[in-house]
Amino acid sequence: VGEMETAPKPGRGVPPKKDKLQTKRKKPRRYWEEETVPTTAGVSPGPPRNKKNRELRPRGAKSTHILKKSRISKKPQVQKKPREWKNPESQRSLSGAQDPFPGPAPVPVEVVQKFCRIDKSRKLPQSKAKTRSRLEVAEAEEEETSIKAARSELLLAEEPGFLEGEDGEDTAKICQADIVEAVDIASAAKHFDLNLRQFGPYRLNYSRTGRHLAFGGRRGHVAALDWVTKKLMCEINVMEAVRDIRFLHSEALLAVAQNRWLHIYDNQGIELHCIRRCDRVTRLEFLPFHFLLATASETGFLTYLDVSVGKIVAALNARAGRLDVMSQNPYNAVIHLGHSNGTVSLWSPAMKEPLAKILCHRGGVRAVAVDSTGTYMATSGLDHQLKIFDLRGTFQPLSARTLPHGAGHLAFSQRGLLVAGMGDVVNIWAGQGKASPPSLEQPYLTHRLSGPVHGLQFCPFEDVLGVGHSGGITSMLVPGAAEPNFDGLESNPYRSRKQRQEWEVKALLEKVPAELICLDPRALAEVDVISLEQRKKEQIERLGYDPEAKAPFQPKPKQKGRSSTASLVKRKRKVMDEEHRDKVRQSLEQQQQLQQKKEAKTKPTGAWPSALDRFVR
Amino acid sequence: RRSPLVRASPPPGSARGLWRPRRGSQAARICHQVTPAEVASEGRCQPPPSLRPALPTNAPALGRGRDRTAKEPPPASAGRQNYGASQDPAKPASVRSSSHVTGSSMGKAEVACGRRRRGAALIWNPSWSSAGRATKMKVKMLSRNPDNYVRETKFDLQRVPRNYDPALHPFEVPREYVRALNATKLERVFAKPFLASLDGHRDGVNCLAKHPKNLATVLSGACDGEVRIWNLTQRKCIRTIQAHEGFVRGICTRFCGTSFFTVGDDKTVKQWKMDGPGYGEEEEPLHTILGKTVYTGIDHHWKEAVFATCGQQVDIWDEQRTNPICSMTWGFDSISSVKFNPIETFLLGSCASDRNIVLYDMRQATPLKKVILDMRTNTICWNPMEAFIFTAANEDYNLYTFDMRALDTPVMVHMDHVSAVLDVDYSPTGKEFVSASFDKSIRIFPVDKSRSREVYHTKRMQHVICVKWTSDSKYIMCGSDEMNIRLWKANASEKLGVLTSREKAAKDYNQKLKEKFQHHPHIKRIARHRHLPKSIYSQIQEQRIMKEALNRIKHSKPGSVPVVSEKKKHIVAVVK
Repeated sequence: VGEMETAPKPGRGVPPKKDKLQTKRKKPRRYWEEETVPTTAGVSPGPPRNKKNRELRPRGAKSTHILKKSRISKKPQVQKKPREWKNPESQRSLSGAQDPFPGPAPVPVEVVQKFCRIDKSRKLPQSKAKTRSRLEVAEAEEEETSIKAARSELLLAEEPGFLEGEDGEDTAKICQADIVEAVDIASAAKHFDLNLRQFGPYRLNYSRTGRHLAFGGRRGHVAALDWVTKKLMCEINVMEAVRDIRFLHSEALLAVAQNRWLHIYDNQGIELHCIRRCDRVTRLEFLPFHFLLATASETGFLTYLDVSVGKIVAALNARAGRLDVMSQNPYNAVIHLGHSNGTVSLWSPAMKEPLAKILCHRGGVRAVAVDSTGTYMATSGLDHQLKIFDLRGTFQPLSARTLPHGAGHLAFSQRGLLVAGMGDVVNIWAGQGKASPPSLEQPYLTHRLSGPVHGLQFCPFEDVLGVGHSGGITSMLVPGAAEPNFDGLESNPYRSRKQRQEWEVKALLEKVPAELICLDPRALAEVDVISLEQRKKEQIERLGYDPEAKAPFQPKPKQKGRSSTASLVKRKRKVMDEEHRDKVRQSLEQQQQLQQKKEAKTKPTGAWPSALDRFVR
Repeated sequence: RRSPLVRASPPPGSARGLWRPRRGSQAARICHQVTPAEVASEGRCQPPPSLRPALPTNAPALGRGRDRTAKEPPPASAGRQNYGASQDPAKPASVRSSSHVTGSSMGKAEVACGRRRRGAALIWNPSWSSAGRATKMKVKMLSRNPDNYVRETKFDLQRVPRNYDPALHPFEVPREYVRALNATKLERVFAKPFLASLDGHRDGVNCLAKHPKNLATVLSGACDGEVRIWNLTQRKCIRTIQAHEGFVRGICTRFCGTSFFTVGDDKTVKQWKMDGPGYGEEEEPLHTILGKTVYTGIDHHWKEAVFATCGQQVDIWDEQRTNPICSMTWGFDSISSVKFNPIETFLLGSCASDRNIVLYDMRQATPLKKVILDMRTNTICWNPMEAFIFTAANEDYNLYTFDMRALDTPVMVHMDHVSAVLDVDYSPTGKEFVSASFDKSIRIFPVDKSRSREVYHTKRMQHVICVKWTSDSKYIMCGSDEMNIRLWKANASEKLGVLTSREKAAKDYNQKLKEKFQHHPHIKRIARHRHLPKSIYSQIQEQRIMKEALNRIKHSKPGSVPVVSEKKKHIVAVVK
């Protein structure tokens, strides 16, 4: 039942005469103009109008206000209101159709949290008004972008895989054959074995897009292939022991750690470089955003080679003997080295000394892996322990478990699954969600191979685990391992040659300098407080005074007769005293707090005071 | 070097590679695609013993391990190799096909399958022995349809799915930093501000004026009394008038753009038509006013037929009359420039050689107020967006931005020139202004910054006498002693011409990045770096040393020398 009337629209039939008269008396009105004058409804309520006669909802808050007012004042006798009137905020279009979901789509808080870069719990620092307002604006913008990014999650096309047993049945009992049988042909084709017994145990590496696979056998067999289409790119025998193999930034280049030196091949198998400064390399890691190839050698050196310019950026002596356990932290590009004394050391090319050393095991460390968010590190040692550490704060172990034979190889998947290779058995553990550490109680999947495991890697963007062992290569299906939605501009498995070239140029242009590798990659965006203070000190020294110091209070002269010198001095004294009192109050409060803390520390709660307490300091 | 996979003729019984040649075929290269069907066929025919992995020898040993039974489930499928193949040919076809259909279309499959019987040796724990039991499991594998990710034809655009998950975009800050660094470097690489030099004057260019309606037209007056009108798009002089004897002191256009006014050393004010004379007509002014004293500047009202001149006094004229409507003086001095406020159009500001800036209201006969500075102000310019803000170009190398409501402290002191500032003009946006100096350079200052963001100079440009910012805010013109008018870009690295939307987006993105990381020392250093001529560079050094030496606060007893801020230092008095 509308109290409001808009101008009759063309083609809506002839308006009643009465209305015509009314409009004649008034100023001519256009259809977009709103009218708030109640018409006949107040006089004769009549039956509720059908949809045809219903009015357009006026736009804007102002008109809704008027509408409410008019409803209250003019039509108290109408009890039943049409449904549309319940929500005055929802807008109606010209056609009379109504948006059933007005406003922007709701966004869950947890998703926004994922994209949030600013810690909102932290207060803004004390700063000048101008800076402060700028900070506030930046923070508001930041929040808006995170909401927008969270809203765009709706558009993601794929969902992650999963594997569930029958009503709580242990998924570890499900064997590969069952999975292969159950899934579609395309997925089933991702499971295969390469029987390569001759050139035994194999190391393998997937390219960053997850499309290509390179593997190298101990006895010199090196091959690279597009494993999805099973198209061989190259296959050579280097006639030398192959310790490790790694794709460089794209699938076109391949680094192979051979018995003596490090060699780089292209995807045709042509040797491009032989890097003699990296000799007796045991393990390779490639840092894709820095274009650094990190090599750990038998001689105990960790060497960073910049593959974009071919220079050795840093050669660090770890002083821990032979290095053969290495992994990178994908979150901050810090290299983790495992040592025979049970420690894991964290390295950056900017520092000669390790950034941190973590004592993880009694006995040597056999394998280290870091998950893709850089939160968890899994280590296994000669003491047959498998431990998971939290890398965020003080490197505390979160969970540990003894394995019968200990794990020789570890790897994390994109969604946080942990795989361990123990002898010829592979165990996979999963966590509750993506951001939680894998729980070591029950394995998610297990698999037995035809030979002892020598290399492990989850394929990026595919639910596949590649295992290199003495009998060749096995590609296992692990539902739920990989991130389902890739970013086309970052690493696109379906990219064309042109796209790859474009990406390569962009990636080289934004190559991050090696000096920026540190534990917190966001540190660059924060205020460098130390140098700020230093600069301020220098400025004060140079000028002879502090330009930002608060000027001492100077009373303003008042009206005639009230501004005697005595009163001026009095006012000045008053302000000074007030400031002094504030200071004293603050220092007293601080002292009290300190004392309270001390007392809380010294008194053991809930126990009788002991005679020995007197010796407690 | 031999490879196990590529082998011309495999020796009998040693086909160890994965992709063996199809039986009977003589294929040399073996790397063909393996389809599941093929795998199945391979599975069905018994592979040679060399391909079949032997049962791992240490499997039973593992099984005997003490804690193995307690903690670990059995490695389930040891000893099998062709997982993709159905080993049981008697398997009902319907189950397989249905699983495929569900698997491929829904991405999820719920399959009831009898667990196949395995070797009893592989099953350790009796509780796990599910052999023969029908199990239902739910499995979904990530299976993308390539058609959704690859373009159909080469005439389509490439498909680029995006996922903004921060885990997929690591090193966000360092990468943005590198991008910002690159953008800053590119900005300096592309900083080529000089566009053109307009030559034709036979003496130093003394004054410039913009056409109010036409961006391409510029007027200039020289020290030999010549006025030239230029077309900027053609970069040509389109008209030359010998307007005065002696200097052309001031030039201004009427707000409608049909005529312009000049004042000269010959004590005349002349009004000229903007269009040239017709064929056979003489070049002569519309009106000529003979005054008693020399006029040093002129400015036209922004809306009415009124103009103001300055000299010994500020005169306000009606265009129709030969006598001024009113004359205003405050003390005896020669006034060097007068400017109308573009917003509050009845307000005027003038600056005189006795170091003061005087404000007038046209509606009343007496001046409003004045501020006296340390040294003489050469010109003032009103902010076109904020009615009460104006900037004064001073002889003491500085520019002062004043709020006319509070003249006792300037809003900002702009320091960077190393010689007297001769002219100043605001950008139409009101955010920046350009200043011309005796030190042979022009500088661009943001209104709220005390240091310039840009300095322009060339080897041949001498003392710059006049400067103007064009009405589209993109270009700057300056007239200098050595008879040239120079055209500059207001934004040195800006690309001229139409930008595509992608170019525009990239430009905006780079601008934002530069803003975000502007305080990082490396970026700041690159962004601030300007090459300066030796004269200016050495002057800056010299002045810095002098300032250091004159730091009395540093060399006195603390508290004995009062700290006076730079803003207050140069203001002598405000008179109302």
